Amino acid sequence: MPRLVSHPDEVKIVTSRFGKGAAAIDRYIELGGYESAKKAVEQGSEWIINELKASNLRGRGGAGFPTGLKWSFVPKQAEKPKYVLVNGDESEPGTCKDHLIFLHDPHSVIEGTIIAGLAIGAKTGFIYLRGEYRYLLEIVEKAVADAYAKGFLGKNIFGSESEFQIITQTGAGAYEVGEESALMESLEGKRGVPRIKPPFPAVVGLYGGPTIINNAETIATVPHVIAMGAEAYAAVGTPRNGGTRLFCLSGHVERPGVYELPMGYNLKKMIYEVGGGVRGGRKLKAVVPGGSSTPVLLPEEIENLGMDFDQVGKAGSMLGSGGVVVIDDQTCIVEFALRTISFYQHESCGWCIPCREGTDWLKKSLTRFHAGFGVAKDIDNIQYLAENMMGRTFCPLGDAAAMPTLGFVKKFRKEFEDHLNGQPCPFAKHVELALI
Amino acid sequence: MSPESMTLFSPQLAARFDGLVEKYPVRRSALVPMLLYAQDEVGYLSDAVIDEVAQRIGITPLDVRNVATYYSMLRFRPVGKFNVQVCTNISCMLRGAYDLYERFQEELGIGQKGVTADGVFSLEEVECIGACCWGPAIQINYDFIDELTPEHVPGILIAYRGKAKTEGTVPHA
Repeated sequence: MPRLVSHPDEVKIVTSRFGKGAAAIDRYIELGGYESAKKAVEQGSEWIINELKASNLRGRGGAGFPTGLKWSFVPKQAEKPKYVLVNGDESEPGTCKDHLIFLHDPHSVIEGTIIAGLAIGAKTGFIYLRGEYRYLLEIVEKAVADAYAKGFLGKNIFGSESEFQIITQTGAGAYEVGEESALMESLEGKRGVPRIKPPFPAVVGLYGGPTIINNAETIATVPHVIAMGAEAYAAVGTPRNGGTRLFCLSGHVERPGVYELPMGYNLKKMIYEVGGGVRGGRKLKAVVPGGSSTPVLLPEEIENLGMDFDQVGKAGSMLGSGGVVVIDDQTCIVEFALRTISFYQHESCGWCIPCREGTDWLKKSLTRFHAGFGVAKDIDNIQYLAENMMGRTFCPLGDAAAMPTLGFVKKFRKEFEDHLNGQPCPFAKHVELALI
Repeated sequence: MSPESMTLFSPQLAARFDGLVEKYPVRRSALVPMLLYAQDEVGYLSDAVIDEVAQRIGITPLDVRNVATYYSMLRFRPVGKFNVQVCTNISCMLRGAYDLYERFQEELGIGQKGVTADGVFSLEEVECIGACCWGPAIQINYDFIDELTPEHVPGILIAYRGKAKTEGTVPHA
C-alpha cells in the first residue's frame, strides 16, 4: 500500500482529505465535499471559467497550459455533444500522484469533472485510468455509483435542471495514450496514435465533439479552487503559477513520497529538507525535475530554483508532471540515459518515423556505448540523432525522448567519454543500493 | 448471439459485456476494456476470444487484433496464474529494481516472459507502473507490492504459491 508522508512545509489543499476515509461518499460530504459543485450549478458557466482563469491554475499533466483558458476555447454552441475527458493514464516515469488521488479522494475527481462539465456545457464526462490501476478503477467506479445514488450525477443534478453522467474507462498499458489526442483514440476503441492538430480537441475532439482533456490532478484541484476562492488559491503560488503541486519525490532520497508544496518551492530545499537529503549521506549528482521527459539538472542549477513552470523553464528544463527523481553520485548517467531511452523506445507508437526510428537507434547506440564498445563519434551521433527528433513528430513523445537525452550528453559528456576505449563502466554493473 | 449458448465467457462476464457495449456513445469504445476483462478471465487473448469480442462489437477479428497488439498488457499466449511484473524504470532502478528482478529470475528459474513449469508464475520486466515513490515496486496480476528488497522475494513467492494451492492453478480462474 502506498505510504503517505508529511512535512511541515506542505500546504495541503488537494491532499487535504488523504488518509481520512474520503473515498466513502458520506465522509467526503462531511469534509465539505460536493459544496463546490453545488455552487457551480448555481453560478453557471461564465462564473466558473472566470474563477479558474483568476486562480492561475495550470495543467498538471506536464505542459502547464492555463486551465481556465483551455475551457474558454470550447464553443458555446456546437452541433455535436461536448465532452470532459479526465486523463488518469498516469504513466510518466517518476510520477505517481494520481495514484494517491484515486486511492484517497476519488470524489474530488468526480466533483471536478462535474464542474468542468458545467463550465463547458457538456453532459458527459469520462474518467480514463491506466490499465495497471485496476484496484483504483474499482474505487472510482464505486465512487461514481455512490454519486449517482445521491443525485449528484444523472438527470437534475443537485436538484437543478442540469444533467451530467460520468463513464469510467480502463486502458490496457500504453504510455502514449497519456497524450491527449491518443487518449481520445484509445477511448474510441482504436490504437493510441496521436491525431494531427489542428483541429484542437476543444473544437473537434472525442467522437468529433468539442472536448476538454485535463489531468486528474488538475480536475481534483478544481473543487478546491471553487471552495477557497480563486484569489486565495492563486495567492498560495507564484505569479502566473497558482496554488500547489503534488511533487513525487523519488530515487536516491531519504524520505521519498508525494508532497504537496506551494508552486515555486525551492528544489534544493525540497530534496534536502522535505525529502531528508540524498540517501545514505551521499552527494547529489543530478536531478530530473518533472518526470523522465524533462532535461536533467545539475546540483549548481538547483541552488535558487523555484519549482514553477516559468522558473524551471528558464533553467532549461520543465516542471512537467511533478516527478522529481533524485540521482546520487554513485549512479552511472550513461546507464540512466539508456534506461530512460529504452522506455521511450518501448512506448513509441511508431506513427512518426523520427520518433520510431530515433528512439530505436538511440537505444542501440546507448546500449553499445554502455557495454564499453562505443567510439568517440557515438557521442556526437547520439546528440545529432536526438536533435533531429526534436519538433518533428505529431505528438510530444519524440521530444520527450530527445530532450532528456540531449541533457545527459551535454551535461555529462565527460562521463560518456569515460566509457570509451573499452573501459568498463566506472560504476557498478547496476545502480547499487545505497549503503545504509 | 444468445449469451447462454454461444459465449466463451462466464455468465457474469457475458452479462457485463452486454452492458458494456451499450455504455458508450459508440459500441467500439468498449473494445479495450472488453479485451482486458476477457483476458482476466481466460488468461490470454485466444483466437476464439478475439472472434467473440469482434462479433460483440460488430467489427472484424483483424480490426480487433490491430488494436490489441498496440497495448502492452494484452497478450496472445498464456501466462502463469500469477504474472509477476517487476518495474525497472528509473525511480525503481535507482532503488535496486535490477537486483530485485534478478532475484525473481533466480528463485523462479525463468527469464523475461518465462512461465514456470507448474504454470503458477510468469515473470516480466515492465515499464513504470506508477509507484515511483514507493520503489522498487512490482505488480502480481493487479496487486501492487512496494518498497521491496531482494530479501522479500522468497516470502512473496511462498504466499502466492499458497494462494495457487487453495485456488487451483488454472490461469486466472
